[in-house]
Amino acid sequence: MWIYEKKLQYPVRVSKCCPRTAKYLVEQYGGADGELSAALRYLNQRYTIPDKVVGLLTDIGTEEFAHLEMIATMIYKLTKDATPQQLQEAGLGEHYANHDSALYYNNAAGVPWTAAYIASKGDPLADLYEDIAAEEKARATYQWIIDMTDDVDLQDSLKFLREREIVHAMRFKEAVEIIKADRDTKKIY
Amino acid sequence: MNKKLDANYYSKLLELQQLDFALVELTLYLDTHPNDLQAIQQFNQLAQQRQQCAHQFEMQYGPLLQFGHSYSKYPWQWIETPWPWQV
Amino acid sequence: MMVNKQTRDWYPFVGPFDPCPPIYVKSYYVPPNQYIPFQPMGLQQFSLQEALRLGTLWPALYSPYESKCGKGAGNE
Repeated sequence: MWIYEKKLQYPVRVSKCCPRTAKYLVEQYGGADGELSAALRYLNQRYTIPDKVVGLLTDIGTEEFAHLEMIATMIYKLTKDATPQQLQEAGLGEHYANHDSALYYNNAAGVPWTAAYIASKGDPLADLYEDIAAEEKARATYQWIIDMTDDVDLQDSLKFLREREIVHAMRFKEAVEIIKADRDTKKIY
Repeated sequence: MNKKLDANYYSKLLELQQLDFALVELTLYLDTHPNDLQAIQQFNQLAQQRQQCAHQFEMQYGPLLQFGHSYSKYPWQWIETPWPWQV
Repeated sequence: MMVNKQTRDWYPFVGPFDPCPPIYVKSYYVPPNQYIPFQPMGLQQFSLQEALRLGTLWPALYSPYESKCGKGAGNE
């Protein structure tokens, strides 16, 4: 089971009300390479992957939910108290018509999240390479979003999340080595 | 029931986030390096520090965990603000 | 191993009829995890404060990133 902890993994500060940035950030909320996809992808792969790497998938999958909450926090802060007109000017008129300021699992273009974003091949190497690719794609998405905001506080939280993608990719690469070689982890190449 | 979010709240929270983050990093690392004794020792030591830090935080600002992993004063504290995205 | 420069540059072909002003140098990131096949034990660590701020416990895995906001795209 999962236990919720009433705190964020990393402090999220947003220094200006900017619904446009929220519109882009939602890519990491309900987009193909976003945090929801990541969490569900890894946790779902656990049931058929060799036992040696189940712990890693469980822990990274769980951390992704913490990241999902950070993204939600950013979107919440960026749009909190924004008027319908501000939302409209930020390109969120369509969103407002359907959801008011509620969060929804869609990507930056408004396409709803779909399970088609996550693969589950049942082959350990195929699944782990998918995971590594997903981390690199998420890292790239963070870069493009960091490039579009001048809010240094927001950039700070996004840089944290970008770095986490790099560490996760590192661990998945190690998982591939473990799967490949059935290696003694004490041995270092 | 609106708790005062003073500077102490933010610094205590940050301290806990720092400890917990090191524990996350060590967890993922140990998942692929289960034989690193030094890292396990560091993990256990930080876990102990974390417990103390979280306990202090909870005494002042209320429970961090649900379902019986934290204690509550009267009235039931779990439902009190702030929620993480509000601070 | 710490690779100092985490970006790589390349020089895209510039056609005579390209409508946008050409960007002569484009760059992309190569984070340090690409050079570590399996993390060795006992690597140097950041302090707990720095680790949270930077997003990793290990300097060897740290990749700084600067926003291009307000700067020319594709350039350093």
